[in-house]
Amino acid sequence: MSVKEASGIEFSDKLMTFIEEWKSKKGNLVMILHKIQEEFDYIPRQAAIKTAVLLDIPLAKIYGVMTFYNFFKLEKPGKHNIQVCTGTACYLKGGVDLIEELEILLGIGVNTVTDDGIFSIESVRCIGCCGLAPVLLIDGEVFGKLTKDQLPEIVAKFKDK
Amino acid sequence: MAIKTRMDLKKIRADQEAGLVLDNKEEKNIQIIVGKGTCGIAAGAEKIFNTIIEEIEDQKIKNIIVKSAGCMGLCYVEPTIKLIVTGESETIYGNVDQETVRKIIERHVIYGRQVESHIFEKPAADILKEENDDNFDYRQYRIVLRNCGVIDPEKIDEYIVRDGYAALEKVIFQMTPSEVIDEIKASGLRGRGGAGFPTWMKWSFSKSVKSDKKYIICNADEGDPGAYMDRSTLEGDPHSVLEAMAIAGYAIGADEGIIYIRAEYPLAIKKLEIAIAQAREYGLFGRNILGSSFNFDFEIRLGAGAFVCGEETALIKSIEGDRGMPTPKPPFPAIEGLWGKPTIINNVETLANIPVIINKGSSWFAKLGTQKSRGTKVFALTGNINNSGLIEVPMGTTLREIVFDIGGGIPNGKAFKAVQTGGPSGGVLTEDFLDTPIDFDSLVAVGSMMGSGGMIVMDEDDCMVDIAKFYLEFCVEESCGKCAPCRIGTKKIYELLDKISKGKGELSDLQKIKEMGNAMTKASLCGLGQTAPNPVLSVIKAFEEEILEHITDQKCRAGKCKDLVTYTIDKENCIGCTVCARKCPVNCIEGERKVVHKIDQSLCIKCGACFEVCKFDAVIVS
Ligand SMILES: Cc1cc2nc3c(=O)[nH]c(=O)nc-3n(C[C@H](O)[C@H](O)[C@H](O)COP(=O)(O)O)c2cc1C
Ligand code: FES
Repeated sequence: MSVKEASGIEFSDKLMTFIEEWKSKKGNLVMILHKIQEEFDYIPRQAAIKTAVLLDIPLAKIYGVMTFYNFFKLEKPGKHNIQVCTGTACYLKGGVDLIEELEILLGIGVNTVTDDGIFSIESVRCIGCCGLAPVLLIDGEVFGKLTKDQLPEIVAKFKDK
Repeated sequence: MAIKTRMDLKKIRADQEAGLVLDNKEEKNIQIIVGKGTCGIAAGAEKIFNTIIEEIEDQKIKNIIVKSAGCMGLCYVEPTIKLIVTGESETIYGNVDQETVRKIIERHVIYGRQVESHIFEKPAADILKEENDDNFDYRQYRIVLRNCGVIDPEKIDEYIVRDGYAALEKVIFQMTPSEVIDEIKASGLRGRGGAGFPTWMKWSFSKSVKSDKKYIICNADEGDPGAYMDRSTLEGDPHSVLEAMAIAGYAIGADEGIIYIRAEYPLAIKKLEIAIAQAREYGLFGRNILGSSFNFDFEIRLGAGAFVCGEETALIKSIEGDRGMPTPKPPFPAIEGLWGKPTIINNVETLANIPVIINKGSSWFAKLGTQKSRGTKVFALTGNINNSGLIEVPMGTTLREIVFDIGGGIPNGKAFKAVQTGGPSGGVLTEDFLDTPIDFDSLVAVGSMMGSGGMIVMDEDDCMVDIAKFYLEFCVEESCGKCAPCRIGTKKIYELLDKISKGKGELSDLQKIKEMGNAMTKASLCGLGQTAPNPVLSVIKAFEEEILEHITDQKCRAGKCKDLVTYTIDKENCIGCTVCARKCPVNCIEGERKVVHKIDQSLCIKCGACFEVCKFDAVIVS
């Protein structure tokens, strides 16, 4: 792969420093992918290519790892990614109903993004707030003990953020 | 200040004690602790904390300390705060909003009168307090959670003053590695990650291997959906786990600890990072700990959302930066683990017990629990239960005590149906087992397993076919695909269950599920596939009648399997208000104002929206 291809994306200084620091450590790939996703909200193909060059490993290895773990996203999520918990406790308390209601509200399905790029819906397994089931997470903020009726208000709150 | 010697550690403890005594008893006789675990913050604890500070400043109250701590275990009424007046018993307030804060300050802090309407004591009320340490009659007993909701996890001194790092000091200076392992052996501690493997045995395997490098790994992957014991422990008391890892390192001759924690737990990760940094600065980790020749340090590695990575060999692969796929055992990690070196993998909760065992002695610990399962177990009590929360009970406590006494029973007057333990690897326990003392072996004997501590309560409205299907779907998604029995078996069983839930099942399907399940148990490579059939097999055993109803009568008694439910409108009750027709997302309800409505069954998606909005009980589910 050419260096030109690899230079199609800019990494922040912070990310570059992290990669430098971890480069010599064994088993660094998962940790580096986390940092990349932190910066871009997903792992763009160009970033994967650049990482392959920086770490001097095959791109196939990076994709092998990225696709194995649910946490890593290959597609850009919405500006506000709505993560609805479908762990056991939330499932019992109607987590799936929340997803269905959001699908109606936003007109998109799970793992897709609204046309304006503002929202996406994702189903996640347990964020450890089972006592507040059913819960969802937007930009790291947890909303618990939810009913379907509360969703329009929550969506509205983030729409203009 | 660096802690270079044992005397330095003692001095910190003494200074702090003196400080706290002064703070508490003389000038500041009131303490308010705000529970700031993930759940607490989600419910608004941060805002409550700030309101408290503002209020006491406004009112110029001087005799009070306000601090943050981890989870107090009352997840269902977060945010929670604890108010301690020196010399009185403590009060836990739940569902605290800004208004309540003002009331609490005005009435309780100033006039000493409790705000009754916000006192929530369950499930925490019956926790044994330290003063009568030997009284084991209390329902809850906190070893693992001893510091959670008590200390500020971001202040290492608060940990040190509660005997923190005393156990590490004790092993380094007063015990040989073999003595440490003997002490753990005598305590009877078994692994809390699910399998219940004797901790000392694993340690002694690793100790006996000669190697230039060994590792201690803390398994904080907590993949069981519906469980958060380890998250709460790490958020509320990270040092106890770190201290234990160093003790384990001393016992087997390892100098490096790795915490493998799921990325979904950002707060726990942050607390660990702070704890490690503070302990390093004190010189409690690193080289020549407390002036001895023992070295130990830490690294944090993040998981990335793969349940299978909780399995030991898969976890190792993940730390090595690969796809987290398990490898055959033997070789066992204790002999040949991370990078081929001897590696001990212990669960968070297992580890949190260790400093207490060292400090108080194995015979003290072994007094708690049952013959073969010593000590306590932390459970995350969730689902359809009144007091959902985090509890720690002695092994041998019965399900009835947990569900009905501590948990306060089932909400809305519904009937208890079952409890699921062990998550996707476990099974259901029915009413018949309410009086079974819970320990590792009794749960296996009745067809479930302890698992890591998720305890999910189901009531009459939960469908057992649906639950079994839920777990199988989870395993289909989480199977890593390496071995055929798990990859194909989970999918095939899921398909059969899906068929049954749609009323298209055949009687022979049950036999097929059983056969495939048994084959998976025998032939799968790792614990995931070996145990994935457990939930469905246990449901077949305990709720055969309910499954048969789905197959022969196309009936779901709980009304959860959508394909078996029809919504119709009762002519008598319908007043023609059009609310349901307007709510229906697919516009399949026909009807004008004051005319009885009708649902077009061919279009109905069975979302239940009409049923929920009807105020006149005119929508019938059958
Ligand atoms: C599929 C699967 C998932 C597991 N997930 C976890 C987990 O999330 N946390 C954990 O501590 N143990 C988990 N375990 C058990 C570990 O493999 C291992 O037995 C445990 O961490 C050992 O620690 P202990 O002896 O202290 O219990 C899992 C096992 C399997 C087969
Ligand atoms: S099941 Fe949803 S937070 Fe645990």
